[in-house]
Amino acid sequence: MSAATLDLFYIVASALFVLGIKMLGSAQTARKGNFLSAIGMLLAITVTLFNAGLDLRWIAGGIGIGTLIGVIAAKRVKMTAMPELVAVFNGFGGLASLLVAWSEWGKMSSAGPSFETFVSGAPPAFTLSVISAAALIGGITFTGSIQAWGKLSGLFGGKATLLPGQRFISAGVSGILLISCVTFAAAPLLSLEPDQTALIFYGIVALSLVAGVLLVVPIGGGDMPVVIALLNSLSGLAAAAAGFVILNTVLIVAGCLVGCSGLILTVIMCKAMNRRLANVLFSGFGANTDANGPGVEGEMKAASVEDAYYALEAASSVVIIPGYGMAVAQAQHVVKELAEILENNGTEVRFAIHPVAGRMPGHMNVLLAEADVPYEQLCEMDDINGLMPSVDVAIVIGANDVVNPAATDDPNSPIYGMPIINAHLANTVFALKRGKGAGFSGLVNKLYFLDKTRMLYGDAKSTVGALVSQLKDQ
Amino acid sequence: MNLVLLLFIFVLAGFLGYELIKKVPSQLHTPLMSGSNAISGITIVGAIIAVREDGSTAGIIIGISALVLATINVVGGYLVTDRMLAMFKPKGKNQ
Repeated sequence: MSAATLDLFYIVASALFVLGIKMLGSAQTARKGNFLSAIGMLLAITVTLFNAGLDLRWIAGGIGIGTLIGVIAAKRVKMTAMPELVAVFNGFGGLASLLVAWSEWGKMSSAGPSFETFVSGAPPAFTLSVISAAALIGGITFTGSIQAWGKLSGLFGGKATLLPGQRFISAGVSGILLISCVTFAAAPLLSLEPDQTALIFYGIVALSLVAGVLLVVPIGGGDMPVVIALLNSLSGLAAAAAGFVILNTVLIVAGCLVGCSGLILTVIMCKAMNRRLANVLFSGFGANTDANGPGVEGEMKAASVEDAYYALEAASSVVIIPGYGMAVAQAQHVVKELAEILENNGTEVRFAIHPVAGRMPGHMNVLLAEADVPYEQLCEMDDINGLMPSVDVAIVIGANDVVNPAATDDPNSPIYGMPIINAHLANTVFALKRGKGAGFSGLVNKLYFLDKTRMLYGDAKSTVGALVSQLKDQ
Repeated sequence: MNLVLLLFIFVLAGFLGYELIKKVPSQLHTPLMSGSNAISGITIVGAIIAVREDGSTAGIIIGISALVLATINVVGGYLVTDRMLAMFKPKGKNQ
């Protein structure tokens, strides 16, 4: 297949990606959009196989193994573990781009010190700089994603950690990386020996892996929606950089589309927390326990399931505010059951969903969709907040910072200014919580101390389950 | 191909990505992210090209590793997105 024919097919594949992403933007067409984009991918892969000189047996083997692992992972993952899985997939994509750059560097370095026999059509300095970019971004994406996965699955602990001297270490690593990349790209001009250039390349790879860890370590679990979106963006940019290495149009287009969409999601998530990206990334938010803000007067008042039952029985409108705690407890199905019973009881039930509730953008929507909660009951923050004063009962299920009124009325609070769901304006609030401790951010939640708030301690799933059976027995 | 043209494509694709995404409702953010994540597995094309008959052993190993990882990204990404969207879809019809 000639290069021109190949490019024509790549144009078709790119068009399918664009169409696919566009259709992912609406619930009615999303599934079809994903399918179209998969067809585009299949097309791009198939025509690439027609390149001359490929070792098709090894390629078949590699694709076979990858498909097997991918299918098993996709089929077996629980919906509550979706953020972890997306993080891992991101990481694999990043590492793959790094390896593509590495392989290209291998070919290049065997072409002699000035790379004059290396034929790709681009000047060596250009190819070297994009190789270093792909390795850098890919490496950061990989270890950053693995770190995010570890935090999300609880393996590395979900807390934000600031290493001693973190800022200096990070600044130092970034500085050395920058210098290494520039030196690497300028190798032909500096007439470095191939061994020296190779050494710089391995240095870039190693340091970018370190940089990925440094990037995500200071970020706590509650900020993960931002991190996942950012890593998604980086995995796309890594693919685009790899595309410049091998001068391949479809990699550049698809990579850049993903890079941009991930970046927009990142910005949306930051806005939902009223914080800047730099603050999310570098401040070690939640790592310092002395950032608690002023103590809160009063005490948290525990209530029994029975109390909640009477309140719900009498309520004419109920708003359920889910958070990460619902995902941890796998409580989405029993919550939906509760909503159904209340609806049958003549109560109006709505779900108020904060944009950063959970551990990835849209996390709560996926869980509630899995539990078959009707679309019309899901409300976005801005739509529900005006209605909160007329709501009889607000049930907070494992959400914390996103309902903390300190964000609206306490200028000293670290989360002051973050838009929240105004649970504190409802007549009565029931907060389901595992224990008395502070949430991820280490902040005391003023909501829990209000006179109208009652705490239901214990596992969300069993608490809601007990409520459901009480309501059924009536 | 002309380098400047490739940069041109890159910049235009960036703007296109921005325009495509900015209006997506927050309900679809997760499938959008995992769907676009699958697309970033396009680096699989680069991985395929890296597995050459005339390559060195090290080159082949690097290429195959890239290929396996990228395939997991692509196949897993599309399947899991589809699984999620299958849950969203029936309720779309109810409306």
